[in-house]
Parts: sequence; C-alpha cells; structure tokens
Amino acid sequence: MSSELDELYQSVILDHNRAPRNFHALEDATAHAEGRNPLCGDMYDIWLKLEGDRVSDAAFLGQGCAISKASASMMTQVIKGKTIAEVEGLFERFHALVTVGSSGSGLPAKLEVFKGVRAFPIRVKCATLSWHAMKQALDTVGRSAAR
Amino acid sequence: MTPLATVPPGESRIGRPPPGAWNVARIRADFPILAREVRGRPLVYLDNAATAQKPKPVIEAMERYYETGNANVHRGVHALSQEATLAYERVRELAAGFLGAAGSSEIVFTAGTTAALNLVAQSYGGSVLRPGDEILVTEMEHHSNLVPWQLIAERTGAAIKAIPVMESGGLDLAAFERLLVPRTRIVAVTHASNVLGAINPINAISSMAHEVGAVVVVDGAQSAPHLRIDLSAIDCDFFACSGHKLYGPTGIGLLYGKRELLEAMPPWQGGGGMIREVQIERSSFAPPPERFEAGTPPIAEVVGLGAALDYVMAWDWEALVAYEQDLVAEAGRKLADVPGLRILGEGADRVSVLSMVLEGIHPHDAGTVLDTLGIAVRAGHHCAQPLMRRFGVAATLRASFGAYNTPAEIDALVEGLGRARAVLG
Repeated sequence: MSSELDELYQSVILDHNRAPRNFHALEDATAHAEGRNPLCGDMYDIWLKLEGDRVSDAAFLGQGCAISKASASMMTQVIKGKTIAEVEGLFERFHALVTVGSSGSGLPAKLEVFKGVRAFPIRVKCATLSWHAMKQALDTVGRSAAR
Repeated sequence: MTPLATVPPGESRIGRPPPGAWNVARIRADFPILAREVRGRPLVYLDNAATAQKPKPVIEAMERYYETGNANVHRGVHALSQEATLAYERVRELAAGFLGAAGSSEIVFTAGTTAALNLVAQSYGGSVLRPGDEILVTEMEHHSNLVPWQLIAERTGAAIKAIPVMESGGLDLAAFERLLVPRTRIVAVTHASNVLGAINPINAISSMAHEVGAVVVVDGAQSAPHLRIDLSAIDCDFFACSGHKLYGPTGIGLLYGKRELLEAMPPWQGGGGMIREVQIERSSFAPPPERFEAGTPPIAEVVGLGAALDYVMAWDWEALVAYEQDLVAEAGRKLADVPGLRILGEGADRVSVLSMVLEGIHPHDAGTVLDTLGIAVRAGHHCAQPLMRRFGVAATLRASFGAYNTPAEIDALVEGLGRARAVLG
C-alpha cells in the first residue's frame, strides 16, 4: 500500500467525507457562492453568515470526491467565528499547504491532514474548490458593501 | 498474423491464440511506453478512449520527417516540398481506403474530431439551417457533437432535440422515429458512446433520416479504433474521427463528407491554400478537400497518421474486434463481482469501453487509488454531461481497452477496485 495514498486519505478526511459537518443550506446566510469544477463535475454551494466583520456561521451542500467534500466540511468548521481578514489569511495558508506542502504558522492543526494532496497535483483543485467559492462569496459581499 | 509459437506462454489467459487470433504480445512490443513504470508499478493503460498510445512506426515516421523531409506542402518548386506534398496526399489516399470512401477528395484533414464536427456545423449547418429547422442529436453525445450544433442553432434560429438513451444504453429508436420530422435537417449521432461504449445502428438511423431528407453526421472518434469502418456500406453523409485515438499523433483528424455535399459547402476558415483566386474584395475558392484546409496543415502529424494507418491496416481486424470484444466481455463479468459496482448501460452492444460507478465512492477517489497502482483510467463526466444526468450520476470511472491490453490488466483493475474499497471504505 502506497504511503502517499495513506497520507492523502487519512481517516479524518474519510470521516468528513462520510459524515460532512455543516452540510445544509443556511437560511439566514448573507453571502453565497457556487464552487464548480467543470473538468470533473464537482459542485458545491457555500453559504456564509456575516455579522459585521466576522463570519458567524458557514455551511455547504453539494457533491464531489472525498477530498473536496472533506475540505469543504473542515473549512466551514475553521472559518466560523473568524474575522474576514483572518479567513483570507487561512485561505492563503491552506493554498500553500496543498501546493508547496508548508503553510507557515497560523493554520489550524486539523487542516494539516490535507498535506498529502501535494503528492497528487491533479487533486489540488479538489482540495481548494470550496475555499475558492468561500472567497468568492466574501468578495461579492465586499463589492456590494463598497458600492 | 504471426504464428502462434511467438506468443510467450502465460501471456494471455484467453488461451494460446490459434492462427488468425490476436497476438497481443507482439502488438505490445511495438509500443515503447508500455514498458514504463508508473509509481513503481508496470503501467496498466486503460484510458484508450481518451487517447491511444503510439507504436514505434508512428514515432519514427514523425522523427524521420523532421530529420529528412521537412517542408511546406502545395507551395514549393523544390524537391523537399514536392516530397512533403506527395507524402501528405498519400495519407489522404490511405485514409480514404481505411474509411472506405469513394475517393480521396472526400477526405478533409482537420485538427481532430472536434474540429471536423465544428466544420460541418459551421459550413454545412450554417448554409442550410433556417429558423424553425431542427437538429437531432442524442443524449449520449460527447460535448463535441453537441456544442457545435448549439452554436450554429443559436446563429440560425434552428432548434435542437435529443434522441433519448434507454437504461440498456441503446438509443430509443421508436422515439427517434417520432422526433424525425420534415423540418429535421441534420441528425448528429455518435457511432459509439465514449462513456458507455454503446454502438449505435448508423445504417438504420441513416435510412430513417434520409427518408425525411436529413443528413447524418457521425462522430466516429470511438468507433474507428475498434470497428472496421466501411463507408461504402454505411450510408452516412459525414463521418469524423481522430488520429490520436487510432494510435496516431494528436492534432490530426479526418472528416469524410459525401462529395456532392462538400462541393456545395462554403469555406469554414479562410487563408492560404484554400483559394482559387484572391482579389482585394472577394475570392473564389479551391474545390474540396483543399477548400477546407486553410493555412499550413499539421504535416508531420499527417505523416504520423499515415504511419498509424499503415500500421493498423496491416492488422487482421476480424481478430482485433473479436479480441477486444472478448476483453470487454471478460471485464464486464469480472467487474460485476466487485461489491457495489454498477456498469452503466449494460445491455448495449459495445466497443471496448465501459463506465462504472462504485456505491459510496467517488470516481475521482477510486481513480487516484488506481493511479497509485499504476492503473490509468478516466474519472469524470467524460465531456458527456447530458448522459451523466440521464443516468443520475455526476461522474463515472471509465475503463477503455485497446489492441495491446490483456486479460491480466483486467485482473489488475478488479484488484485495484478492491483496494479502493478497502482504502475509501
């Protein structure tokens, strides 16, 4: 059994795939975006509830592979309660984790399970799909606030 | 065919081939890439529907062309250009023979199946379609035999309707009969599904379509590598296929069109090589096929395609088809024993392509596990989203077998799927 495979499909990831957290629509969401990978057909809806500068709630629905679903699930957990600036920092560090393999400091330890994605470059998009959608939802809100 | 004695013992579990049977060991020796390892395991290449591997004669022909014969075609007075032109036009003759066309003027070189279908949609569709006309496609089309029709329908005001696919994987021909109306101008249908492998009855479809005066455009990308194509016996109007799925290079494909249709069609793209006379304000155009080959063509790729056609035309196609049919049938039987595995469109006659879903496991995850075992399959929607919707799945895992695949590779796939189940739960 390949150790790269072990590192990719850690039990935490498989657990989040089987039983995704925050896997529902968010009635009182203030921001929403869709994450779609047209190459593979994965699709997720991401909802955020913003109170002032803070993400007070986050949820998602959709379908895709174990990596994309577990990533969306854990993302909704870690961004809850964070400020928008903190969430954007997490986005950068998560992206670094799955592409170059190190995130610097400040990434919640639980997200380290995605480090194995780096050995499978084609799967980076799976891991970051929901993060990009979340960022897009934040940007949409930012733009309308600026107007 | 090579005599039986050259087959190493144990190479084929189908049994030692009698004379006239497919000698897979000899074929494998022609494909250098099959000797490589992937992630420390021997490569098991089951993604032939995406692209086939290339035999040495193809690789060498392209190298030789660049080393000793490179020049532009149809232009120069010098020896190299004449040689290149002869080589280029020889391949057109070869392609006409391979497809069973009436003559080489019915063969247009294109960048591939996609480009060929866009050419037909833009040039033929663009000149005949009127508002209210109908284009019939099928639910199993690859996006390349769907989106070009959408683009031209949008421009001309034509409507698109689809022949439904049955649970068995076959086309609903009764529905087809109902959908065929005098306003139907074009029936665009795949010869073999790139997802299900299902083979469509082109002759029956053509005679029905011709009764209402529609022309039939066949996407032959998945049939040309697996079935003996004889257009003198298949009465379609256009047929498109790709070189790279036929063990040739990428970037080159073939469009067959009935001579009288091609002659009536306007150019698709303008440029050098496709004209008769050019003035500042207008031009007159060369006859087909040159009319549809603007600009410097992919000459090395045509030469490579020629080597591929020489290579596959030396095959005993009866033996190849029988061998691939045995392979896909054996794959179907063995895969059916994998717990939770479902094969899509299982009832259809198929080329050696099949799609499956594993309960509770996303195809991408299964594909990654197989990849770590050196097994190359395709996971995704295979550019056939309407068909995915038809079967209520987002994606499938597809295994597609070519001339060099072996029963042992089917066992590796089945074992790999067991591994995927163990890893992914």
